[in-house]
Amino acid sequence: MLEVAIHRRLRDFTLEAEFCVRKGETFVLIGENGAGKSSLLFLLSGLLCPESGHISLGERVIYDSGNGIDVRIEERDIGFVFQNYAIFPHLTVFENVAFGLRRRKVSPAEIRSRVEENLALLALESLSSVRGDQLSGGERQRTALARALVIAPALLLLDEPVSALDAVAQDRMRSELHTYVRKTNIPCIAVTHSFRDALSLGDRIGVMERGKIVHNGTPEEVMGSGNEFLHQFFFGCRQEPCQP
Amino acid sequence: MEGKRFIRNRKNLLLSIGGGVLITLLIVFIVTPIISLLFRTTPEQFLASLSNPVVWNAVVLSLITASTATIIIIGVGTPVAWINARHRYPGRELVDTLIDLPLVLPPTVAGLALLMAFGRMGLIGGFFYGFGISIAFTTLAVVIAQIFVSLPFYIRQARSSFEELDTMYENAARSLGSTPLPTFFTVIMPLVKYGLISGAIMSFARALGEFGATIMFAGNYQGRTQTMPLAIYTTMQGDLDLSITLSIILIIISFIVIALVKFKLKGHA
Repeated sequence: MLEVAIHRRLRDFTLEAEFCVRKGETFVLIGENGAGKSSLLFLLSGLLCPESGHISLGERVIYDSGNGIDVRIEERDIGFVFQNYAIFPHLTVFENVAFGLRRRKVSPAEIRSRVEENLALLALESLSSVRGDQLSGGERQRTALARALVIAPALLLLDEPVSALDAVAQDRMRSELHTYVRKTNIPCIAVTHSFRDALSLGDRIGVMERGKIVHNGTPEEVMGSGNEFLHQFFFGCRQEPCQP
Repeated sequence: MEGKRFIRNRKNLLLSIGGGVLITLLIVFIVTPIISLLFRTTPEQFLASLSNPVVWNAVVLSLITASTATIIIIGVGTPVAWINARHRYPGRELVDTLIDLPLVLPPTVAGLALLMAFGRMGLIGGFFYGFGISIAFTTLAVVIAQIFVSLPFYIRQARSSFEELDTMYENAARSLGSTPLPTFFTVIMPLVKYGLISGAIMSFARALGEFGATIMFAGNYQGRTQTMPLAIYTTMQGDLDLSITLSIILIIISFIVIALVKFKLKGHA
């Protein structure tokens, strides 16, 4: 289980978040642009440092301002799929996926088998020797996901995980993600702008406004909360009657 | 309507002619001196001058010193450019300005300043002279002068290459378990290498052509400090053919250097 209670001043407001994500559960963060969703993912991954608070992953404390604990990014074992995927353009798909394992000094035989297993999981086998800069948007997305999953992360962070895909591929990716998170039984946090993502991926939904999670519940609970932003988010119009 | 179009067409025609004339003049201005140099010698004279020790001493010395200077510049300049591109610290702007200073400093002033610092009476030179080590008027002084004047060319290019590189690649590498140093060598360097190479080539070209600072700080001793530009200046006063041969060699090397930057790296920009 991921337990978070952190605090950090950002440019326009203070980010204060307190929540838990259980194993095998996907917590979807929604909110307007600049509400602090991506910053929250950066704080969890260690790319940004909180000013105070506590983050623990199961038994392991990865950040605790009270006891001066701040586990370095590279030791947090967090799979992060970035908004632009950040596929290394100079490396092949195989080497992109193998990157995290090579840094962990895994044996070459094990690297091969684990990479191939993950390439197969995301239907990337035929692209194994294609360079990162030759991939389409969807292929980059799947490579990014394979690269984050192969290290067997203790937490999965997804920033706009399906935005670059066409509608059909989005559906497939959502169901694959959902299955994967359940199967591996790790906590997962996904940031999205799409209500379809929120409803189909999210076991729970968190609504962020100016650095705070103002609603946190199941999709049904959150939809029923009567929040102005949510109404727009889910129904595409303000709460006043829509103009025909 | 017709009249307006006629006027516009005539304006475009005048602009095209004006632009064409300017470009032609510019090319004539650049190419004529170089061609004139080539016409002043024959292949026989050129080959005969090549065997003159003044020529090959200067060529060898120039290539060795400019290469050494470039390697040192890459070694020192790369981390500095990286730090200034990615990290904020007090005085960063000042450091940037100081790095660019040699670009605007007249080379003879740079040479004199280096002599004041590294000469026997100088701040740094005095210290070394205490151990019996002289720096001024040695081959080492040639390398120091070349580093001083050509360092900004590399650091400016390297810094802008690093700045243009999206931080997402570093972030991804770090999140996958890569510590900063391996991240630098396995992800960042391969992604900026063409920028760094072109900066290094420009630095090398500047070092190769260095004259003013070298003659002030390292002197003009054949085989020791007399690089190609110094040898051209010296031989011109007695043997113009030698001077022209050296100039042609320098032009050929410079041309290869520029061609490398323009064509070889073009596809990777």
